[in-house]
Amino acid sequence: MPKSIRVQIHSDKDIVSARQEGRALALTLGFSHTDSTLIATAISELARNIVTYARRGEIRIRGIANSSRSGIQVIASDSGPGIANVRLALQDGYSTSGSLGLGLPGVKRLVDEFELDSTVGEGTTVKIKKWKS
Amino acid sequence: MEVPVLKQGPFLIATVQAALTDDDLIQLRAAMIERVVTSRSQGVIIDVTAMDVMDSFASRTLREIAQMIRLRGADTVIVGIQPEVAFAMVQLGISLEGVITALDLEEGLAYLQHKQKGVT
Amino acid sequence: MVKETERAERSSTRTQTFEGAGPEMGTAVLLRELVAHLRQSRTQLREEWARRITEAQLLTAMNKDEIFAEATAVYDQYVEALETGTFEALQAYARSLSERIIPRGVETHEVVGIVLLLRDVLARSLFAKYQTDFTKLNRILDAYEPAANRIANTVAVGFVQERERVIRQQQEAIRELSTPVLQVRERLLILPIIGVIDPHRARQLTEQLLRGIRTNRAKVVVIDITGVAAMDATVANHLVQTVEASRLLGATVIVTGLSPEIAQTLVTIGVELGKMNTVGDLQGGIEQAERLLGYKVVPIAAATATT
Repeated sequence: MPKSIRVQIHSDKDIVSARQEGRALALTLGFSHTDSTLIATAISELARNIVTYARRGEIRIRGIANSSRSGIQVIASDSGPGIANVRLALQDGYSTSGSLGLGLPGVKRLVDEFELDSTVGEGTTVKIKKWKS
Repeated sequence: MEVPVLKQGPFLIATVQAALTDDDLIQLRAAMIERVVTSRSQGVIIDVTAMDVMDSFASRTLREIAQMIRLRGADTVIVGIQPEVAFAMVQLGISLEGVITALDLEEGLAYLQHKQKGVT
Repeated sequence: MVKETERAERSSTRTQTFEGAGPEMGTAVLLRELVAHLRQSRTQLREEWARRITEAQLLTAMNKDEIFAEATAVYDQYVEALETGTFEALQAYARSLSERIIPRGVETHEVVGIVLLLRDVLARSLFAKYQTDFTKLNRILDAYEPAANRIANTVAVGFVQERERVIRQQQEAIRELSTPVLQVRERLLILPIIGVIDPHRARQLTEQLLRGIRTNRAKVVVIDITGVAAMDATVANHLVQTVEASRLLGATVIVTGLSPEIAQTLVTIGVELGKMNTVGDLQGGIEQAERLLGYKVVPIAAATATT
């Protein structure tokens, strides 16, 4: 099992691949079943955003470690239209129906660290990290 | 991959697999409406035991299926949500509000049968 | 689940070749001389060290033989680390040593103490050996000190990390014990929550409850929070999430023992208390649960009266 994965995202099938591979890697890294599901869910949401808004992009997943703990990192990047209003996108104002917006506030709740970089006309990169507790 | 739908008495049971893509869900939605009408079903169970992840799209689509089936006068029960999946769902903020849920197939059928008896 | 147990391997490269001139070569040669000296004086220095440990009243949880045995092992690892310049074997040894002595009640200050004593014993033996050649002594110390400090650090940190790991494990076990999910009747679970809940414990409670609902095929859960002192918005959120997640598994949740303060917190975070199934006390909650499950509880006196 490689410690690093790269999945090209063009279609809805790739959303499933990315999350299944992400879950498998999380389990290999020693995450609990619950945490692995959280990670897989986050990957699913990020991959879906790529398919819906950017048409194509990439998800990179790998194990990470610092001096005191280890975890997993997921980077979802695309060269799509970018997010015009990042602050709005990250606002938890929408109802739990999740039918509006990018679902990013939800993804934030699933992980420990969340970074968003977006430029209109160039693309978006979301980087998330989850540490093993 | 097409979701298998079986008839059990007056009810329909759709059993979802793990690798359920968005397209599969959309197909399921169309298939369920049609089947409910053609088999004049009184209730539907969607068994998601094998589903590894329930994200915003899956949750939205299942809610739509339930709503559409309701318009045909039938109930939908979602069964088999795994503990980890339920946990992830509430963290993500999706709650399947308005949709009936039960622990498993047995409970789902018990609910539909009970409902069937109660409705005049 | 990844399990970290490593046993120290006593492999080593006993020969080192050095090319080139310069200060590095000087240090390497000095270290070699130092290591040779430490090996030669092994018996005497170990005994000296063990004596000093006892004098300083360290490792009182162990007897003389045990102290000497561990002292020997540490001494040899120490010299090996000085010789090879690598610390993995030492780290692994420090971990396994910690695993052995922590259950014996050995404390951090003792481990730090004995390692520093060893450093002193070795330094003094260097003073004794090179007392006639002050320049050489200085150079040897220049080579010795950074390595010795790093070794002391490695052992102490290894011990502390192992101790922290043990403490975390114990805390986890206590948490598990103190959050029982009780099956009171068929299809009915009770989760009494007592004390302080931090987000970690709240999450653990939720996971345990959801697994319990599945295993026991529970249709109703009574969560009693009478024993909860205070609840902040984060934990209140967890409670709401637990109720929602339980519903997804087909179980109805009744929350009992809601104090006015906690009710206020829930309202503040936007929970519609009207939507949440709440009952004043645990007894009332259980009764309502039984009604939901179709049980009818009749007092024994009344039952016998009708016969």
